[in-house]
Amino acid sequence: MSASDHPVDHDVHSHGDTHGHGTMRSYVVGFLLSAVLTAIPFWLVMTGALQPGATAALVIGLAIAQILVHTVCFLHVNTSSEGGWTLVAYVFTGVIVFITIAGSVWIMYHLNTNMMPGMPTGQVSGTP
Amino acid sequence: MADKLDQQSRNEAAASPTFHLMEDEHGHGHGSPTMLGFWIYLMSDALIFAGLFATFGVLSTSYAGGPTPREIFELPLVALNTAILLVSSITFGFAMLAMEGGKVRTVQLWMLVTGLLGAAFVGVELYEFANLIAEGATPQRSGFLSAFFTLVSTHGLHVTLGIVWILVMLVQLQQRGLHVENKRRLMCLSMFWHFLDVIWIGVFTFVYLLGTIR
Repeated sequence: MSASDHPVDHDVHSHGDTHGHGTMRSYVVGFLLSAVLTAIPFWLVMTGALQPGATAALVIGLAIAQILVHTVCFLHVNTSSEGGWTLVAYVFTGVIVFITIAGSVWIMYHLNTNMMPGMPTGQVSGTP
Repeated sequence: MADKLDQQSRNEAAASPTFHLMEDEHGHGHGSPTMLGFWIYLMSDALIFAGLFATFGVLSTSYAGGPTPREIFELPLVALNTAILLVSSITFGFAMLAMEGGKVRTVQLWMLVTGLLGAAFVGVELYEFANLIAEGATPQRSGFLSAFFTLVSTHGLHVTLGIVWILVMLVQLQQRGLHVENKRRLMCLSMFWHFLDVIWIGVFTFVYLLGTIR
């Protein structure tokens, strides 16, 4: 194949491989998995079938699973789309999001419990 | 052998500079840098939501003597909204599959369905907000409610803008059909829409479900 053939070839594969694409299968599988992963946490919380601690852990775990399902089946993030850069950006963002949320909650929890020992927590966090 | 061929084609490419390759990439819906750029935008948008989620996490028990999540959240309504958004995700998926097949009418039909589902989502959310405000659970009532309204309405605003974008794309498809630029725009819109669904997973989990069992 000569170099001048290349663009033509590229046009034929006009839905090239640089960006991930869905198939009917990936969308349907993603939808069914998401439906199940949504129904279980709602059912757990609305019926109170488990202890609150176990429910919370399970609900968070199922949410993370569902986010991964959406990422793979709907957003088509994989190692090959855009040469893997979407995956790199995604992982990086995931780390930052985790640090932001977990870090903030952790620090503020300790501020609330350690900094104002005499005050009832309701008053500490009572600022509107 | 493969190396040799590769070398050969590279030599040929060097002999006749292939700027047309770049142009092809440029005008192309998939090879274009727009897709990666838009993805980076979505990731930075995720960081905005991370800030809002962190704020909500810190203020989520600051009731200031006001209503608690258990008293004001109606989970059936949230479940309905979650279902609407999830179905809208797969209908947009069908639009993208129709785009792959080059069927303009089918794309428009599924986009219209997606847009209507999005409008239903925003409608249910506004109904929920109206009820909360009528009960006195306004954003200025407590830190918890301020953080709640900021987080949830930022997501709702994104969905609203997504609906506007869908309407714009419907007009563009009507006028110009499925050309390369429109395909690229549709793929960006598709990522935007699915991304909003991912954010909603965080909202219904951390705000509504965990709020209710707290």
